[in-house]
Amino acid sequence: MNTQNHLQFLDCEGVPTQALPKWAEEPDWFLKCYHFMVLARQFDTKAIALQRTGQLGTYASLLGSEGIDVPVALSMQSDDVLVPYYRNHACQIIRGLPLEDAFLYWGGDERGNAAIEMGKDFPNAVPIATQSLHACGVATAMKINNLKQATVTFIGDGGTSKGDFMEALNIAGVWHLPVVFIINNNQWAISVPREIQSAANALADKAIAAGIPGIQVDGNDVIAMREATNQALQRAYEGKGPTLIEAVSYRLCDHTTADDATRYRDNDELKAAWHREPIKRLRGHMVNQGWWDEEKEKALLHEINKTVQKSADNYIKMAPQAVESFFDHMYAELPEHLVEQRDWAVVKAMPGGSHHQEGE
Amino acid sequence: MKHSVCLLEAVNLALASEMRRDDSIVLLGEDIGVNGGVFRATASLREEFGLKRVMDTPLAETMIAGLTVGMSTQGLKPVAEIQFMGFIFPALEHIICHAARMRNRTRSRLSCPMVIRAPFGGGIHAPEHHSESTETLLAHIPGLKVVIPSSPARAYGLLLAAMRDPDPVIFLEPKRIYRSVQQEIEDNGVELPIGKCFTLREGSDITLLSWGAMITETLEAAAALKEQGIHCEVIDVASISPLDTETILTSVRKTGRLVIIHEAPRNLGLGAEIAATVAEKALLELQAPIARVTGYDTVMPYFRLENHYLPNTQDIIDAVTQTLEFS
Repeated sequence: MNTQNHLQFLDCEGVPTQALPKWAEEPDWFLKCYHFMVLARQFDTKAIALQRTGQLGTYASLLGSEGIDVPVALSMQSDDVLVPYYRNHACQIIRGLPLEDAFLYWGGDERGNAAIEMGKDFPNAVPIATQSLHACGVATAMKINNLKQATVTFIGDGGTSKGDFMEALNIAGVWHLPVVFIINNNQWAISVPREIQSAANALADKAIAAGIPGIQVDGNDVIAMREATNQALQRAYEGKGPTLIEAVSYRLCDHTTADDATRYRDNDELKAAWHREPIKRLRGHMVNQGWWDEEKEKALLHEINKTVQKSADNYIKMAPQAVESFFDHMYAELPEHLVEQRDWAVVKAMPGGSHHQEGE
Repeated sequence: MKHSVCLLEAVNLALASEMRRDDSIVLLGEDIGVNGGVFRATASLREEFGLKRVMDTPLAETMIAGLTVGMSTQGLKPVAEIQFMGFIFPALEHIICHAARMRNRTRSRLSCPMVIRAPFGGGIHAPEHHSESTETLLAHIPGLKVVIPSSPARAYGLLLAAMRDPDPVIFLEPKRIYRSVQQEIEDNGVELPIGKCFTLREGSDITLLSWGAMITETLEAAAALKEQGIHCEVIDVASISPLDTETILTSVRKTGRLVIIHEAPRNLGLGAEIAATVAEKALLELQAPIARVTGYDTVMPYFRLENHYLPNTQDIIDAVTQTLEFS
């Protein structure tokens, strides 16, 4: 078993580099894919604007990952389980996370992890690489329960340096787990470039030691991402075990809104990466096919802008949770000492209390 | 049907009993399958329940804990074994950052009904890293429950409760008393409550609080002191998180004197938290300062000197005598 190098169907202008798969003859999937990529990017722009104006917390931008998350989410079945890291909001939104709730999460409110639409999908993993193992646990449950489902989990290039990731590939291989690992290799882990993470030629090569297939894919090419993801999901559904996909992309943004990439990253490199970016590439293909034009573009941008603005307005109007909420979900049943502490917190939040805030 | 079992066999009995009742319970860990665990806590379970419910894992504690978290969110109730508590540290990120927080951070959309079992404590002449008592590290973490049995009957009843609990439970097994006492227990599926102390001996002169293997010396001390006409109330804390402060306070209010006994280091040991709680809520009912009989704030000595580290019966008798002499 060996890794395959760089699956690609479209070049930077959206011109095919090899014969396209049969399903690519129909426009419907591309239109849907494009819609969600534009939605993700507009959500991202709005989130950064809200953060810059003090209306959102530290936010991890998704800019540059649209070509990975959107085809992956569109390939998954609703009863598959997503185990994300912290840069998968595009994927989460397609799987049903309301935009309001996505804002709410980055706005510092646990209700952003609670949407019923998320089903059994995991909340964001903030510690690095832990999600890879949770995904294997979820996949083990699927296997034990004889379900024809798959678990999909993401990780950054930096995360692949952690033991959890290697332990996850290892157990997934040994137990033939129905799990798809997707590395968003966006070349940067905050300020540390890809070549300092690993001497491996490709991160997909890490699959070799685990005895599982690994494939490197152009992460700015939605056709390649859909092909690779579908094959991996099929393998999982058919009981053939896990797959590692390294999606090669570029972080077109800072690490988070608390970061300033100009401190460590060459501007020419960033400029070159914008030439390869996924939305422009997909639009090029759609225009070449005669499926897309200026007018449609304008209408879509207008529609999505309205949707995102409305969601942001709704988010801003949402009152914070009651203070006791941070006690009420600690355990299924609140232990005695927490009942007492909960009472203190409630009393302190009341008018005249030491933690009372105007407007509450 | 009654079984005469030691604590270790009671663990096995509880696992088998609950696995027969509840198909969602699965076991995973190192050497737990064919080998039945290095102490044999899972002996013969592989034969009865098969590969899918008794899983030998690769040798990776982080992975065991991570998988346990993942499985527990999807309708399974995994019971993981960490072979010795000294090897639990790679698993802590998953226990602390995920298992303990999942319910809270998803506002109860997902939760982690799971048990992590680990033998702990000294006194069996084990290799390095096999004898520590680090229960405080886990008792400090919000969102976990930490349970320590001190008899076969309590191991059976509390492990059943742990497997039925909707939240993550750390179940620490005092391996020094794994095989020391046999007890008749009925495999009737009746659980014991988590979050409650067990009063093992009633007395009016002084309260002795302990848990795990040190219960043995505590009961021995109480019996010896009885010969001198001193009536000790002995309480097995059993659930070190959440703590049953009501039972503790009721006893201390009755006796006015308290000695806390634990094998773990003194500094920030659970004894400190119990002493602070008693000081906050019952200071004026105390007739003497609270005493602690504990391990030292040193690295657990390698086994030639471990008996110098572990508190013994005489230490407890001395502490009781001093507490009673205070006026």
